[in-house]
Amino acid sequence: MTESKQKDFIQPRQTKVVKGNVATAYAAKSARVQVISAYPITPQTTVVEKLSEFADSGMMPGTQYIKVESEHSVMASIVGASIAGTRTFTATAGQGLFYMYEMIHWASSSRLPIVTAIVSRGVAPPWNIWADFTDVIACRDTGWLSSFVATHQEIYDEILMSYKVCEDFDVLLPKFVAYGGFILSHTSKPVIIEDQDLVDEYLPPLPDEKGWPHIFIDPERPMMHGNLIMPSGFYSEFRLKIHDAMMRAAEKIKEAAKEFEKMFGRSYGNGLVQKYHLDDADVGIMIYGDLALQMEQAVDELRDEGYKVGMVKLRHFRPFPIEDVQEIAKSVRVLGVVDRATAFGSPTGGPVSSEVKAALYNTDIKTPILPIISGLGGREVSLEEQKDQLKALVKMYETGELPEDLIHGTLWHGKLEVK
Amino acid sequence: MVSIKSALEELNEEYFLPGNSCCAGCGLEIALRWAMKALGPNTSLVAPASCLNVVVGLWPKTAPSFPFINMAFAAGAAAATGLDAAFKAKGYKFPKGNWDKMTALVFAGDGGTTDIGIQGLSGAAERNTDIIYVCYDNEAYMNTGIQRSSSTPHSAITTTTPFGKERYKKDVPRIMEAHDIPYVATCSISEPLDLYEKFKKAKDIKGCRYIQILAPCPPGWGFPAEDTVEMARLAVKSGFWILYEVENGKKTLSKASKRLLDPEKRIPLMDYIQNQKRFSKISEKALVELQNRIDKQWKLIEAELKCQEGF
Ligand SMILES: Cc1ncc(C[n+]2csc(CCOP(=O)(O)OP(=O)(O)O)c2C)c(N)n1
Ligand code: SF4
Ligand SMILES: [Mg+2]
Repeated sequence: MTESKQKDFIQPRQTKVVKGNVATAYAAKSARVQVISAYPITPQTTVVEKLSEFADSGMMPGTQYIKVESEHSVMASIVGASIAGTRTFTATAGQGLFYMYEMIHWASSSRLPIVTAIVSRGVAPPWNIWADFTDVIACRDTGWLSSFVATHQEIYDEILMSYKVCEDFDVLLPKFVAYGGFILSHTSKPVIIEDQDLVDEYLPPLPDEKGWPHIFIDPERPMMHGNLIMPSGFYSEFRLKIHDAMMRAAEKIKEAAKEFEKMFGRSYGNGLVQKYHLDDADVGIMIYGDLALQMEQAVDELRDEGYKVGMVKLRHFRPFPIEDVQEIAKSVRVLGVVDRATAFGSPTGGPVSSEVKAALYNTDIKTPILPIISGLGGREVSLEEQKDQLKALVKMYETGELPEDLIHGTLWHGKLEVK
Repeated sequence: MVSIKSALEELNEEYFLPGNSCCAGCGLEIALRWAMKALGPNTSLVAPASCLNVVVGLWPKTAPSFPFINMAFAAGAAAATGLDAAFKAKGYKFPKGNWDKMTALVFAGDGGTTDIGIQGLSGAAERNTDIIYVCYDNEAYMNTGIQRSSSTPHSAITTTTPFGKERYKKDVPRIMEAHDIPYVATCSISEPLDLYEKFKKAKDIKGCRYIQILAPCPPGWGFPAEDTVEMARLAVKSGFWILYEVENGKKTLSKASKRLLDPEKRIPLMDYIQNQKRFSKISEKALVELQNRIDKQWKLIEAELKCQEGF
């Protein structure tokens, strides 16, 4: 099919009631991704299926969809496709992400702006397919940007914003967009699928014929990629450049969120964090992923009871919003940090709470932090339980003392009694 | 087939340039040079972890004069699959470009092919992905210091089979045939013109093409560097390494191997292995077994060729 034929498939803005995974597929379509490679894994499968439907029915003209035989090959093929200068997309979860781990580094060390949706699930064994962000967080140090989203609409929006950030020549890094398995992936909500012309205007143009500035396949400009480098070579300097780009990405994320709001009218805080009733709060709670949605209600109800509580939704884990975290910790008197993930042997046992503590070290901020672990492996966290978490923080604020039932300094909330 | 004379005149273009850091007498170097002469510069090569990743030179120097990607050990076939997909996507967006003329090539060692990379290779073949996958077969993991691979022959000593390997060489070309891909071929660096012709042919075929090249390795096998070509020639002459092509399921023996259908024409296996240190501990019994295995291979091919006549 030719370019002009592609116009036939341009969709005007429409609202569809769709599953989170379908919103993901729509985002890839709206972003006009050129190469998709994917391998099914619960709870991501419907992303793969929907994209097959789009691609094979001609709704994504020109898009190549590789149905590979494993996740290692997913990321290897996506790396190949991205090196050759195309916009690429894939999605995976849990074991699939672990299986592609070697290639995850290949993508970031090659500075490829690949966007990958992670439909987060528990870590086996025992098999667990429900929401738990340990999978994506296990890729913390890979040089991938990563974000957590909380709503169906946010999945769609965040994937679009991600291409804008990743393909910025000052960034050129890959990115994970993570959301909880089943809770978002398999439930349906209205999602606005934006007007294609507007999306085209928002996103950078697809890579031109020459491809990316730093890496390309062109017989006229033959390039050797990734050959052996001695310790005295620029290895260390390349690594620093990745870290630099990651730190620069924070500003780019803010810009992308601002522009997104201007164009499409939906706001996600400053892009890195999104605050809820935090300005006058004495007690704050930091939380990420879909649990943040219900926490808003918990905050509302405690406010109704007269408690000055507030919430901050952590949208980005990499780059870690250090300045925002410091400013938030400074503004409240007690801060709870809820992890739906584990980091065994770390200062708190929770990955984000450990990072929050690290971000405050060597500052004059002495706000006590309460690490909370909750909802692992998709365990339901009820509204009452979230209110209890807030109440524990309120009590901490009032008494100046940590709760009694901490385990290694952390509140493992909603834990069953093991006899 | 091109004649030696015209080959020397016409094929003087080099794409894998001098200054690379191959060992003296490296079989891989000959394989790559001749393959690239056939494929030309519109080729992008994916090299999974292997000697090839090292011999191209240390960053920022490099010997290949064409696009070249060093790749993870298991990822050769899949990375090339991605390149191919991108060439097609680029061709759609930029129809005036040369994207349809690009070849995605994998140049992997026997370890990257017959062991860790076989899943990705099998996947690409089953999808009939438009790539050329080459295995340069030096019959062990040379880059990491001569450890056994699936492709190491019976009785060969490696650092992980200090008393000789017990199992036989995995017949990957046959496994590739079973994938029903349009082209499978075996080559030897002792037959560069045959190799050249096969790559020329492969270049113009659409779909997944698999070529395995016997590429002796002096330090790995334990023979003098000047004997590399001779070593490969003896492997062919003894019938140990059989040269053939399979085009759309039809097998044809190549010139150097065709006459060896007659067992009388094959030289004794001993002539091939006696000057290689890796076979220095082979027992009488193993030698007989290895010879039997070779004879059986040939009988199988003979039967296949006969059977094909009825197609
Ligand atoms: C995942 C992974 N495991 C192990 C290695 C170490 N390694 C690098 S090359 C190699 C052997 C390569 O053997 P082969 O494919 O036969 O190529 P050769 O070196 O013989 O040319 C190994 C084991 C690696 N790079 N990656
Ligand atoms: S070890 Fe063998 S295959 Fe590797 S460069 Fe040396 S001769 Fe070539
Ligand atoms: Mg080898």
